[in-house]
Amino acid sequence: MANGASDAAHHAHDHKPTGLGRWLYSTNHKDIGTMYIVLSIIAAVVGGAMSGMIRLELAEPGIQYIEDFQFYNVLVTAHGFIMVFFVVMPGLIGGFGNWIVPLMIGAPDMAFPRMNNISFWLLAAALVLMVMAGLTGSGPGTGWTVYPPLSNADFHSDAAVDFGILSLHLAGASSVLGAINFITTILNMRATGMTLHRMPLFVWSILVTAFLLLLAIPVLAGALTMLLTDRNFGTAFFSPEGGGDPILWQHLFWFFGHPEVYIMVLPAFGVISQIVSTFSRKPVFGYLGMAYAMIAIGFIGFIVWAHHMNAVGLDVNTRAYFVAATMVIAVPTGVKIFSWIATMWGGSLRFDTPMLWALGFIFLFVVGGVTGVVLANAGADMAFHDTYYVVAHFHYVLSIAAVFAMFAGFYYWIGKMSGRQYPEGLGKLHFWITFIGVNVMFFPQHFLGMAGMPRRIPDYPDAYAGWNMVSSIGAAITMVGTLLFFIVLFRTLGAGRKVEANPWGEGATTLEWAVPSPAPFHTHEDTPNVEAQPAE
Amino acid sequence: MFKRLNVFAPILALISFVSAGSAVAAEPKPWQIGLQPAASPVMERIHDFHNLLLVIITLITLFVLALMVYVIVRFNEKSNPVPSKTTHHSVLEVIWTAVPVLILVAIAVPSFKLLYFMDRTQDAEMTLKVIGHQWYWSYEYPDHGNFTFDSNLVPEDELEEGQKRLLAVDNKVVLPVDTNVRLLLGSEDVMHNWAVPAFGVKLDTVPGRTNETWVRITGEGTYYGQCSELCGVNHGFMPIMVEAVSKDAFKAWVAKAKVEFANEENKSLQIVQAKIDAK
Repeated sequence: MANGASDAAHHAHDHKPTGLGRWLYSTNHKDIGTMYIVLSIIAAVVGGAMSGMIRLELAEPGIQYIEDFQFYNVLVTAHGFIMVFFVVMPGLIGGFGNWIVPLMIGAPDMAFPRMNNISFWLLAAALVLMVMAGLTGSGPGTGWTVYPPLSNADFHSDAAVDFGILSLHLAGASSVLGAINFITTILNMRATGMTLHRMPLFVWSILVTAFLLLLAIPVLAGALTMLLTDRNFGTAFFSPEGGGDPILWQHLFWFFGHPEVYIMVLPAFGVISQIVSTFSRKPVFGYLGMAYAMIAIGFIGFIVWAHHMNAVGLDVNTRAYFVAATMVIAVPTGVKIFSWIATMWGGSLRFDTPMLWALGFIFLFVVGGVTGVVLANAGADMAFHDTYYVVAHFHYVLSIAAVFAMFAGFYYWIGKMSGRQYPEGLGKLHFWITFIGVNVMFFPQHFLGMAGMPRRIPDYPDAYAGWNMVSSIGAAITMVGTLLFFIVLFRTLGAGRKVEANPWGEGATTLEWAVPSPAPFHTHEDTPNVEAQPAE
Repeated sequence: MFKRLNVFAPILALISFVSAGSAVAAEPKPWQIGLQPAASPVMERIHDFHNLLLVIITLITLFVLALMVYVIVRFNEKSNPVPSKTTHHSVLEVIWTAVPVLILVAIAVPSFKLLYFMDRTQDAEMTLKVIGHQWYWSYEYPDHGNFTFDSNLVPEDELEEGQKRLLAVDNKVVLPVDTNVRLLLGSEDVMHNWAVPAFGVKLDTVPGRTNETWVRITGEGTYYGQCSELCGVNHGFMPIMVEAVSKDAFKAWVAKAKVEFANEENKSLQIVQAKIDAK
């Protein structure tokens, strides 16, 4: 940096804005990262409460609490939207991405700090619109996939779906701006000597994710706009009576929707790679393979979308192609799983809380992944499509794996973020309760799906009672785990032990551990030089 | 409704599932952990294919679990205080890329066979048209005088002895066994999905499109399914009930149904036609 002297002067005073203005007008990647994490936690409470209501209703056959079935559908819809757009994405990308990427690559901040601010506040506005969608009229009971004709003006006539569309538009704009910011930052602001092939894998994961966002979100935005004009201005993109086709929506939605799955899980891969390496005290095994596996997953993620449409009546040759393409994803995913295990092989493993979550992630992602291989087969999928088997599958890879990665990252980096370390015993207890809870909740859903229980129904034939009760008990256990998380959070922030720059020892080699804890308001004012360090 | 939370029930269910041979009982059972019994050649093949998949995915999961347990036991801080610095092993990396490819090819071959077999039938002996509505099904028999009827859920307070809650309908679909039935599916409003697990049939009804699939029912009995695409408020309340009968019994039912379900506008004509048919 040319103005190193003035930077040093800044550092001496640590020009930190105070009060509300520090947050409202923030251009600081750490503060914005913190706000993303807070938003993610708040949204998780809302979305989690919705899933609690769903499991409460489904605990026994018959209608217990939710007599308005439209409200049930709204719960299912809002739970999906909130968890995807307002919990996992802001947590992993906005939160950890903003906080950690500049620290890891030795950049003083993000490339476009003001754009970073608008990215966050657009998302906050989007959350408000999403809540308004739920409160308008009878709410959007369309499922998060918003399939027309159910989502068009004939069947959802009040403004609820419109609010939902506008919310997604804002969330999408937020994501695209964030993606541009990450791409620019990562490509231009790395430490001296940090070539692309020496970047930490978490940075790689965010870079690939940002490209996925940049390419997928505009397709969603286009589809949403078409749906908006269908609903309000008399176009007929998705209405057969006007020459349109409801299936067109599904192609557009899933062209976004499938990459979206990897947008959620690639940053999780990145977090897990850092943690496994740190707690094995070994560099990541097969680093290049790991980086290129993520690129491969990102690329293939764009050409498999119609496996979500196995039952819409696509031509059999089309389905055959999507079967083949989808199964290919298992190969780079396998490379990642085996490379994590090989990283641990020969290592000197410590099982602190972040590592427990990481190990839980690896195993449960495999469980969710192999059922994905089953579902990829369009033929077999006729038994599973739209049943609880699918619900179990995507909750294993998202609700379990991605959320485990969020908790892993939280325990791994909270010392760096807050300057205080979490209580180890409580953290481990949180892990074990959640691990048991989510498995009791979601594993029986495989059985329900195989027996034929459809998704998104508020009541079910009596034969499904047993496993539904078990699943609901699992939800209750998970809820206890979540309460424990808040105890951990408050204990950490209120009474956690002050933590040194690098609490994890020699395994933690990335640059964020070279700055003090908590990370000062301004870091890396002089570009670090990592040329002397061995490649990852 | 829900009385016993018996810990042995899952085990018993597993035993009964494994030993379930030819029992024609195509409905979900309490504590069931597997697929419903097959009642069509398509579902039989889905069973076979899924049995293969289940073995493969279970072995993969156990293999990963075993590796993880070994790593945790063998390479923890106590048993291995000095970490190795190995970060590359080309042979290993080639193997763990190539072996999954081979496994996937082994899966793909039967997968494609199944996919093309289940798509549609070349030699349909009759056609059944299924129309989805919010929130009931209607059925048409174009090869049997084109009579049509609606099929609604039997509400809970009108259930008769032996009728299943949320699965029973007032007018069930009747189809002959051992007959290739072409299914043509359409919708009048939003998307629905006509799904009968025991047949291995699950296909969306899409407004503006006609989807085609087929079924050949192998055993007499009653089969149940539910709408499998979110279609609005009463999505969970438009079940499917198919009664499979012998070919003779089907003929008798058609004769009766033609009269019972004759369209209002040409009812008299159809009654005359039915009389001619009877002679």
